[in-house]
Formats: sequence, C-alpha cells, structure tokens
Amino acid sequence: MKYVDEFRCSEHVELLAKEIKKTCTQPWTIMELCGGQTHAIMKYGIDQLLPESISLVHGPGCPVCVTPLASIDKAIAIAALDEVIFCTFGDMLRVPGSTKDLMTVKAEGGDVRAVYSPMEAVELAQQFPDKQVVFFAVGFETTIPTTAMAAYQAKQLGLKNFKLLVSHVRVPPAMEAILASPENRVQGFLAAGNVCVVMGYHEYLPIAQKYQVPIVVTGFEPVDILRGILQCIQQLEQGRSVVENQYERVVTQAGNVTAQAMIERVFKVATQTWRGLGEISMSGFELNTDYAEIEAENYFQLAHINTKEPAECRSGEVLQGILKPSACPEFGVRCTPERPLGATMVSAEGACAAYFAYRRQNSD
Amino acid sequence: MSEPQKIELACPVPIGQYEKIVMAHGGGGRLMQQLIDQVMLKEFDNSVASEKNDSAVVMANNARLAFTTDSYVVNPLFFPGGDIGKMAVCGTLNDLAMSGARPLYLSCGFIIEEGFAIESLQTIVQSMSQQAKAAGVEIVTGDTKVVEKGKGDGIYINTSGIGCLETPLQISPSMIQQGDVVIINGDIGRHGIAIMAARENFKLEQPLESDCADVSGLVKLLLDAGLEIHCMRDLTRGGLVTALVEISATANKHIMLQEAALAVPDTVRSVCELLGLDPCYVANEGRFISVLPAEQAEQALAVMHAHPLGKGAAIIGTVEAANNGLVTMKNKIGTTRILELLSGSQLPRIC
Repeated sequence: MKYVDEFRCSEHVELLAKEIKKTCTQPWTIMELCGGQTHAIMKYGIDQLLPESISLVHGPGCPVCVTPLASIDKAIAIAALDEVIFCTFGDMLRVPGSTKDLMTVKAEGGDVRAVYSPMEAVELAQQFPDKQVVFFAVGFETTIPTTAMAAYQAKQLGLKNFKLLVSHVRVPPAMEAILASPENRVQGFLAAGNVCVVMGYHEYLPIAQKYQVPIVVTGFEPVDILRGILQCIQQLEQGRSVVENQYERVVTQAGNVTAQAMIERVFKVATQTWRGLGEISMSGFELNTDYAEIEAENYFQLAHINTKEPAECRSGEVLQGILKPSACPEFGVRCTPERPLGATMVSAEGACAAYFAYRRQNSD
Repeated sequence: MSEPQKIELACPVPIGQYEKIVMAHGGGGRLMQQLIDQVMLKEFDNSVASEKNDSAVVMANNARLAFTTDSYVVNPLFFPGGDIGKMAVCGTLNDLAMSGARPLYLSCGFIIEEGFAIESLQTIVQSMSQQAKAAGVEIVTGDTKVVEKGKGDGIYINTSGIGCLETPLQISPSMIQQGDVVIINGDIGRHGIAIMAARENFKLEQPLESDCADVSGLVKLLLDAGLEIHCMRDLTRGGLVTALVEISATANKHIMLQEAALAVPDTVRSVCELLGLDPCYVANEGRFISVLPAEQAEQALAVMHAHPLGKGAAIIGTVEAANNGLVTMKNKIGTTRILELLSGSQLPRIC
C-alpha cells in the first residue's frame, strides 16, 4: 500500500536503527507528544531497536487521557437527558466519570452514539429536530477544525438543536508546562505530525529557543518515528535546539491556513484544565460570542459540575513522562483496561493501555 | 507561561465491574469472558462447559456427539457475500466442524420484529435451506416468535447443531504442543469490513465480499487425510487474535505469529488503516486455524490448497517452548509484541 509500506520497510528501519546507535554517545530522554506515536512505538517495538541510553517518555498527547473528570461528568449528565442525542468519538465511551461512564449511560437508556466525525452530529440534528444533538468536542488541534466546521455548518443551516460540549486542548502550552516543571527530565520532543498538519510548526520555534530543546515534527510510521528520533539525537549530540520537520510529506511551517481560519471563526483561546496537569492558561478553547448559543454547558446549566479528581491514579506523572506505565505499582494489578484507574489505561492511545496491550510482561 | 507551576496529579475514581450489560460485553473480548466465567459458568459449572470449546463433545449411548448453539444478530441483514440466514447455518456448521465432528442436524429459532417483510424472511430461509443442503445436513426443528415493532432488529436467528465425531482425535486447545504449526485457510478481515462498509455506506474502490462460508467440507478432507489435528478454531467475533489468545491461555502455551505470513486483502487493509482498526481483531465467517505437528504441515497445506476455501492457506505461526499462555507477533521489522484480548469491540479512535 502506497505511503504506508515504504514507511514500514524493514531495511529502512534497520539502517535508521544502526545510524541512531552510531550517533548516540550518551543518555538522552525524548518525549513523543502524541498518543498515536506512543502506540506505534509499542506496536512496532521501536523501543526494542534503540540503544539503552535513549529513554522514550510518553507525553500528554492522548485527548482521552487529558480530558478532565468534570467534563466527563458533564457529558454523562447531558447524555442521560431524555431530549438529547449525545455524540462522541468511540474512545470516550469507556472513560470513567465519578460514578459511571458513557457506555453505562447508554445501557441505562441514554441515546449515546459513537461517531467518526462531528459532521455526523450535524446530520443527526437535521434528522431529529425534536432532539438536542450534543457533540462532545474533545481532542487536540487535529480534531478542532472538524468541530469548528460542524459548528459553522450547523449555523449556516440554521439548526437550533445542535450543541457542543467543548473540551479541546492546544499542544504548545502543555509542552511549556512540562518544560517549566521543576521535575522535568525531557530533553527533546517528537512533535505530533497530525497536529502540525493543521497548525504548522511556527508555534514551536519560540519554545525550542526559550527552553533550548530540540523539537522534531514527526509522523507515525516506524520509519518516521526512527527518523524523528535520529534527528532529535543528532541535535542533542551537537548541542543544537531547533525545530525540524521530519514529516515533510504532509507538514509545512504555516500549516493548513484554511483550517486555522475556521478554528478562529468559531473558537477563541482560553484557559483549560487538563487531567493530570491541572489548569494551564491559553491551553484550550471556548466558543466565540457568535457561537455562544451552541455551548452545551450553558444551555444545560451545568456550571455547578466541577468534580475534582482524587489523587489515586498516577496518570499525571505518566502524562508528564516522570513515571513509566509499567513502573506504576497499580499497573496490571488494580489497573487494567477493564477496570481502569485512569484515562491513560482507557483509551487505545493512552500510554498505559499501550503498555498493557503490547508489553505486559516487561518491567522496563 | 513563564512561572513553573505545581502540577497536581489527578485521576478518576475507578469504575467497579459494570452493574448493567454494556455493548462491550458482547464484543468477544475480556468483558465477555468475565461474564461467561462469573455469571454463566458459575451456575452451569460442569466439565464439558468448562472446556469452552466452540462445540461441546458429549457421550450418548457410546457415541461421541458434538453439540453447539449460536445466535445471529447482524446489521445489515443482507450484505455482499451473504445474509443472516447463510451466516446462521454456516456459523453453526463451522462450530461443529471445529471439534472434528461431521454435522448432522440443525435447529433454528427465529425472533422476528413486527412489520418485517415476509419476502425478506423467505429469502433468508431459502439461503438457510441452500446452505444446509449443500452441507448434507437437515434443519429438523425450529421455533418462531414475534416481538413488537421497535423491540427487535428485524430478525434474530438462533441455530443449534448436532454432529457425530468419527475421528478418534481429541481436538481441543489442551492438545497443542511445542513444535506445532498454526495454519490458516486464507486471508483475514473480509467479513467484518464488508459488513461495516455495507452498514456505513462506504464507497469502496474494490468491492469486498464477506468470506461467509461453510468450512466443514474442508475440515472433513483434513481429517480424512489422517492429519493429527490438535486444535481448530473459527475466527469469528474478535478475529484471529481472540481465537489464538483463547487457545494459548487454555493450553498455557506460547503461540508466536509471523506478521509477514498473514494475508490481508488490500481493501480490508485500507479501511483498517483509515479507521485505526487492527485486521487481526476483525471478524471472519469462513476462516479457521488448525494447529498440528510441523511435520504434517506440507500435507495439510496441499489438502487445503486443493479446496476452494483453502486456496490462500498458509502457516502463520508456531507453538513455542514457553508455558506462559501468551500470543506474540514477530513484526515485519524484526521486533516482537504481545497480542492481547480486547476489552470489548475495537473502538473508533479520535485521531
């Protein structure tokens, strides 16, 4: 399959692994920002190809994992209402709120539907004018343009029954939160290629400079990830810290300006709470005044739901790259994909789930 | 952000076991295993049921009989390559065949929703009849119930089957041994993706048909050839990995798969790549694996390749020395990974 097979080719993989070994002379810690990259690393066993001196740590780039408990509880409250069709990406179905998850709401009679695109929610709103159709808008810059497009389309169509429960997040402020933390041990980043397709990588230039940290925009196939690691190691070994683009076949510095314009039309940047990382200024979005009427939180009057997460699970440390999933004492013991203690174990993209699925018996 | 901030660790309260049935309980993964172990087998505990084979092997007047049942719920009811009726007959024939039995008789139970077109029912019954005739079995008893509009999904079908075991072999996960090979009769993922494409109206460049088929004839050829088959499993809900994990866990053996040996049709691969699905967990309705001694592999492949349902047969794995109950995959790039049961069904991913 074109654009896939050549990036999973074993000869290329072998050459890159050799080059990395040759280049690396000392221990380095690199964070891959995206949960999709974490999964690719686990699935393809990319860590098995690296010298022991390179530690890969897993970043906060799983949208399911960083959605705060209060948002999940709001989603559950809305989904349980008779007049609502609640639409969500599939992996949010099993993320536990304080008492239940969306899958249980569905089992109790709530109309909860897994969709692939927010546009499906717009179609449902047209189809069921007597229902309030609510889309749970989670995810990074990768998914935000489609939410914005759905909001825009709903407005164009004059739909009064389409609502958004917004919990979108931005990558750059989270990177800064990690780098500014006194416990930080990340020395280089693999930035999420899918996020950069939309946003470009101009936002990362000041971060690389300010924190003297190499940032390599990286794709998701084994060859992409190994190239990203190689470029990051080359910079670290040479004492450089710039933004490089490994994922040139789809990412440009400016990104998709049409998508960015659509985001700006519908949303404005706002403070956002992250599960595990707490409140980070400028790290999320709220709807612009023009779109305020589709804000589900206001419409359903849910401001009083403000659940705080109990500090039982250590996903916060996992999300910051301080704790490896398999080093958590609850990993695979009290915390499994059936009984997740935290969201990192729930989502297929979550770092703990990736470890559980592909590397359960190792204790690295 | 310029000030270092104290990062508060936070996490949700753990969910206990579900108090109500959720869709994931029907996905063939760990939640379903939990339900079978903690609810069903807790009450139905007996040595036959505990083996958790596709068919129960029981004795009646010194005859060894295989007995199985399966319920069919599928949306859409008619899909490229078959319909719910064909599935209901083939699925039960296949379950009997996996124990080494020759299928003899089937029953059928229909739960039909008010308003369902009689013409559609006729089409479904005709395809059941055709499949049964082709396999030389008879549908000898049945039951029909009608439920109110909105309380069924058009039609649900249950079939049960009885077969006789003419082979002296005991075909069961516990029989697999180090040095055995795992042979599959073709490529994977056709049924699940064909159904999904039909349900979601995907416009596929290459048409894709379900692999829905009765493999009992092919199994008979393998048995008649005198092959010492240790275990067989059809790769239905939960796909190849789910079947292998169940076998390896029951046998407490290590099964190593070779990614390079697995055939995945291009269309299946494309859809899986686009949607973030793993074809190894996608349902099949005409594929099965057989585990047998390595020295008989060539003969088994020759028998399979000569049959229309075994043209794509290949050795895809081996039973290894370790007694760890794990299934691992040797990736094409030389690394290895563990293959696990899913909790429920595969969930579409966010991005």
